Amino acid sequence: MSPSALLLEVHEVSVRFGAVQALTKVSLAVARGEIVAIIGPNGAGKTTLLNVISGFYHPTEGHLVFEGRDRTHLKPYAVAALGIARTFQNVALFKGMSVLDNIMTGRLLKMKGSFLLEALYWGPAMRQELAHRAAVERIIDFLEIEAIRKTPAGRLPYGLQKRVELARALAAEPTLLLLDEPMAGMNVEEKEDMCRFILGVNDEFGTTIALIEHDMSVVMDISAHVIALDYGRKIADGTPDEVRANQAVIDAYLGVAHA
Amino acid sequence: MAGPSAAVSSLAFAAHALEPGLDTFPKLVWRNAERWPRRIAIREKDLGIWQSYTWTDYLAEARLIALGLAALGFRRGDKTAIVGDNRPQLYWAMLATQALGGIPVPLYQDSIEKEMLYIIDHAEARFAVVEDQEQVDKLRRVRAECPGLQSIVYDDPRGMRHYADPCLTSLHDLRELGAQFGRAHPGYFDEEVAKGVAGDTAVICYTSGTTGQPKGTMLTHGNVILTARNAVQREGLRETDEVMAYLPMAWVGDHIFSYAQSVVAGFATSCPESAPTVLADMKEIGPTAFFAPPRIWENILTSVMIRIDDSARLKRRMVHRFLDIARRVERGRLAHQAVPLGDRVLHQLGRILVYGPLRDNLGLGRIRVAYTAGEAIGPELFEFYRSLGINVKQLYGMTESSALICIQRDGDVKLDTVGTPLPGVELRISESGEVLFRSPGVFQGYYKNPDATRETLEDGWVRTGDAGVLGRDGHLRIIDRAKDVGRLADGTLFAPKFLENKLKFSPYVKEAVCIGSGRPCVAALINIDLAAVGNWAERRNIAYTSYTDLAQKSEVYELIRGEVARVNRSLTEDEQLRRAQIRKFLLLHKELDPDDQEITRTRKVRRGFIAQKYATLIDALYSDRDHVAIDAQVTYEDGRTGTVRADVRIHEAEIFAIEGAP
Repeated sequence: MSPSALLLEVHEVSVRFGAVQALTKVSLAVARGEIVAIIGPNGAGKTTLLNVISGFYHPTEGHLVFEGRDRTHLKPYAVAALGIARTFQNVALFKGMSVLDNIMTGRLLKMKGSFLLEALYWGPAMRQELAHRAAVERIIDFLEIEAIRKTPAGRLPYGLQKRVELARALAAEPTLLLLDEPMAGMNVEEKEDMCRFILGVNDEFGTTIALIEHDMSVVMDISAHVIALDYGRKIADGTPDEVRANQAVIDAYLGVAHA
Repeated sequence: MAGPSAAVSSLAFAAHALEPGLDTFPKLVWRNAERWPRRIAIREKDLGIWQSYTWTDYLAEARLIALGLAALGFRRGDKTAIVGDNRPQLYWAMLATQALGGIPVPLYQDSIEKEMLYIIDHAEARFAVVEDQEQVDKLRRVRAECPGLQSIVYDDPRGMRHYADPCLTSLHDLRELGAQFGRAHPGYFDEEVAKGVAGDTAVICYTSGTTGQPKGTMLTHGNVILTARNAVQREGLRETDEVMAYLPMAWVGDHIFSYAQSVVAGFATSCPESAPTVLADMKEIGPTAFFAPPRIWENILTSVMIRIDDSARLKRRMVHRFLDIARRVERGRLAHQAVPLGDRVLHQLGRILVYGPLRDNLGLGRIRVAYTAGEAIGPELFEFYRSLGINVKQLYGMTESSALICIQRDGDVKLDTVGTPLPGVELRISESGEVLFRSPGVFQGYYKNPDATRETLEDGWVRTGDAGVLGRDGHLRIIDRAKDVGRLADGTLFAPKFLENKLKFSPYVKEAVCIGSGRPCVAALINIDLAAVGNWAERRNIAYTSYTDLAQKSEVYELIRGEVARVNRSLTEDEQLRRAQIRKFLLLHKELDPDDQEITRTRKVRRGFIAQKYATLIDALYSDRDHVAIDAQVTYEDGRTGTVRADVRIHEAEIFAIEGAP
């Protein structure tokens, strides 16, 4: 694989919280346009890895390269400005705000203009608002959430809140989309819908996606590249079939007698 | 083509002639574009904004699509399958097909593959114009078994990038092809339109049919235009009216209301953004004419009542108080009685405080005429809307009559009738009590099914299959499906739909099936309404996990038992049917679903099928058991099947004594 095809490289990253070693020398590469699934038992360090990529944690050791440039020590908002957007394991929406407004906040980094013009809603400020609204409407249409556009996010069922969160992440037009358990707590039908949307995002917008998921059948359905973590270490990296056949993965999931 | 029908049709045309040059839909749209070039013809809510198209655009778009189809090799007489939600592009495709002398065949967009295969194969459709990837996927699999389907045109390009199938064309590309074809063949479209005549088949509507395979009802341009025009004149519809196109395009009702009447009268049709946004979109459009089957009126009422029950106590009491007054006033009005002064004053006050705001909130603030049909509407439901000042009227019709036979006139509305015949319609009741009609809208025949045509159509009279009575007031009353009216083992008259409708008037009952023909007593299978009963249960802190679980709660059984008792009590008022009270009932563990073929896509119960599928349950109803275990097969939307297992309880209902009986 040529280096330019790589969107994100993680080199020997370790994260320590006091005495807890959350990640130990994890290296991985995400190619442009692919869907990577990160799997592993509880506490394996999946969310920590995502947090490192999104700039929420900084690695104690190692470095990250995004689009060919080192970005190890950037703050979360600077990372977001680079084109990395994420959703959270526990839905983190503005509950009192409408779905539309929630998604509009995803455009924040794209909004420019003076406070005064914005307040007067005049000239360039109005044109800018219209353009942002049009972009958001395309996402609403894409994720089929027209009917809840004006509903306060807090009143929605869980599955729809997850979808709104995805919409907000998409509104930032990210190059790399990080999804932390996008299908947790959903029923089969909601999961299938979510799979369809994730594949659609990847296909339609060409967005590279890294996601954490527990349901192996879902992982097999949507991803061609699986990375398995256990106790903060990478134990497998390859196609779903390779990873599923990997003895270390089987041991991690089924458990082995610790000598 | 059926011979006898052609003769009758021409007779009818002599009585109700079409103006020359305005005898087909393409010619009428042409007239509209000349008469009202800037008037809005159709709207669609896309990306949150209403996109409007004038009659000029309507004609221009249909022209491009028609020329595009011609470039793909469309010949006169070819059929185009139309599949998708109500979209301007699909209405244009319909018009484009008609302009080329072809026949559009609209299909239900939620049909599963097997159903589509049957219709496309039977109709020999060579072309299909569909909304999106979902329909493309279904049609490509259909095409594998039905190679006669030559081209599939799709509107929404989302998800279609990697499809390399040569049979696929995007609507965008089709319009390009059309523009090129138009440059090479100037005048082609105009000549093709000019070739059309009133007797050409305008559309084939496949009726869902409660028994057997669907039948393709052929309607001519003359049929549809005359029926639409007669109704437009009777109802005073004008080019300034507004309607919502939200019911399936495959249903003849939508074809008449959103297409035919819009083209004939020149009014604007609005396509909602998506099915769940219909009510919100309606509020924005404010239609002046609105059609909804009873179940939609019911849904609107249920959603209103749930919201009222959740509101503050003062508001709730005010709404209920004024709704009671409105109901009392409306009841008096329908009975042509004078309304007491006190009530009149309160009613005016209620208009300001409750009725007006409520109507606006429902998007029904500008309604001049609203219709209900298809099934009987609950008296409370009917009174509720009329008492709010919404002019809801009942109408009667079927696919074979180009949708319309009878409509209640303004100011002559009755609860238990379906109205008086439209101009040009003759009604007759056969000796067996069946309703027969003859009209300019009488269909040509069933496509490739002369036997069925002969059974239904005789000397220009159509057998409706409904048992009815023609009153002295000129109003038609429908009792039940003629073949469903039966007798219990002891000879008691029993009309299942009559009972079912009474049951369904309860907000808690979604669907009901009554059994009794040749049996010792009447028993009922009941579907609870998940939204209403779920809300009821939540307010009483009754926890439930699923539909099946909720349906088997003893509290829910008690609730429904009360509803059944209400039906039995009201039945004692009917002299003919009062002996056929419901003795036993059970709550079904799953909702009756068109995917499982238990009800049709227009939500008519398929009795024969249910009797077979739920034989275990029905047997148990007529035994001494108080519960029964059942495995039922369910079909998911993608055609896969699964099994639902449940233990269903059987309860006895309260029976009311008949006065004067031994």
